[in-house]
Amino acid sequence: MAFGWLPGALGDIAHGAATTILLIAVTTLAGTLLSILGAAGRRNGPVLLRRAIAWYVEVMRNTPFLVQLFFIFFGLPSLGVRLDPILAAMLAMTLNMAAYTIEIVGAGLDAVPLGQTEAALALGLRPRQVFIKIVLPQALKIIYPALTSQIVIMMLESAVVSQIAVRELTYEADMLQARTFRSFETYFVVTLVYLLMSMALRRLLVTGGRRALGAGVS
Amino acid sequence: MIEFTLWDIVRNLLLATRWTVLLSLAAFVGGAVVGMAVLFFRIAKNKWSRRLASGYIALFQGTPLLMQLFLMFFGLPMLGLRIEPWTAAVLGLTFFASAYLAEIWRSGVDALPLGQWDAGASLGLHYLQELRLIILPQAFSITRAPTVGFLVQLIKSTALTSIIGFEELVRTSNAINNATFEPFKVYGLVALIFFLMCFPLTQYARRLEKRAAAH
Repeated sequence: MAFGWLPGALGDIAHGAATTILLIAVTTLAGTLLSILGAAGRRNGPVLLRRAIAWYVEVMRNTPFLVQLFFIFFGLPSLGVRLDPILAAMLAMTLNMAAYTIEIVGAGLDAVPLGQTEAALALGLRPRQVFIKIVLPQALKIIYPALTSQIVIMMLESAVVSQIAVRELTYEADMLQARTFRSFETYFVVTLVYLLMSMALRRLLVTGGRRALGAGVS
Repeated sequence: MIEFTLWDIVRNLLLATRWTVLLSLAAFVGGAVVGMAVLFFRIAKNKWSRRLASGYIALFQGTPLLMQLFLMFFGLPMLGLRIEPWTAAVLGLTFFASAYLAEIWRSGVDALPLGQWDAGASLGLHYLQELRLIILPQAFSITRAPTVGFLVQLIKSTALTSIIGFEELVRTSNAINNATFEPFKVYGLVALIFFLMCFPLTQYARRLEKRAAAH
């Protein structure tokens, strides 16, 4: 074991970690938004849309993320759409995460008592207002812990996008070990960085959630 | 460019699927055995044993599987072991699975009323007998749905072993794609094969869940 290469590598590691954070931040926002639309569509949309969303969820949940990533990154150019690796990664991560969070958000929507909707309608709110102002905030509060876990899982999963040459943390590790010939030590250090990041992310989400959604979030 | 018929592609993918299946089974069985050991530590009366097991589980659940595979692949040779992708893949996925399975089963043990332990003790059973005859059978039975659910996750996770050079479904498909330049067809077929393996298990897990909820 030798770690003499480490001081010179800190910049690369930090740069990779920053890209990983960017990836997960974009995925969290886009994925949550998409899953709210998906969950709402699955409940209130036309039959065809409902069926399409149900199949989308099944297909994404029963195939590996790596294959989805390759399908998007290598497949789309043959349709004439050429995506930057980082955009392809964001797209794949968002689509993958949404499949899981559609179910989670849906469970939250179902858990809000119907009386809430009825009361809001009785107060004269329009259906869209009822959804956005009454039902959705309560649903998000209920599912917040499950959403948190899914975000952390997605961050760990993002290591895979190094395979399409996105310069995130794992990619930087691959480059470092090729340069230093210290494969084990490099991956050991980077694994620790991932561990710290996942712990920090979880803590950040819990405290942030407590502040934004009120007490009771754990 | 080599000409591949659809049948050539499908046949080669199906041949590679054997390795995906074998790896999934080996990792599941290995993970169950190691996971049982972790479970024993996790529910032991000794505080340090419980902490150690919690740390083990947190470590595997808090780091990417890809990193775990890399550490296996590059770490074992440092101990003087000659290692091939297959060994690294089986060992890596075994430890990964053990952490998740131990945590799933632990939730089953925790869900049992304490009276079950008391009843066992009052029948004069000692700790291991209590576990074997009373606690574990019930814990396994109520966690059957998440266990099957994890098997699906494990099957999907085998895709990552392609990165450390194990010739399973995804690695074979990369080679075929490089020769045919038909990514939609090749990766679409790979996705289909994974779907056909995972979807029945997902449905089975869902049925188990419904049955458990009905009780």
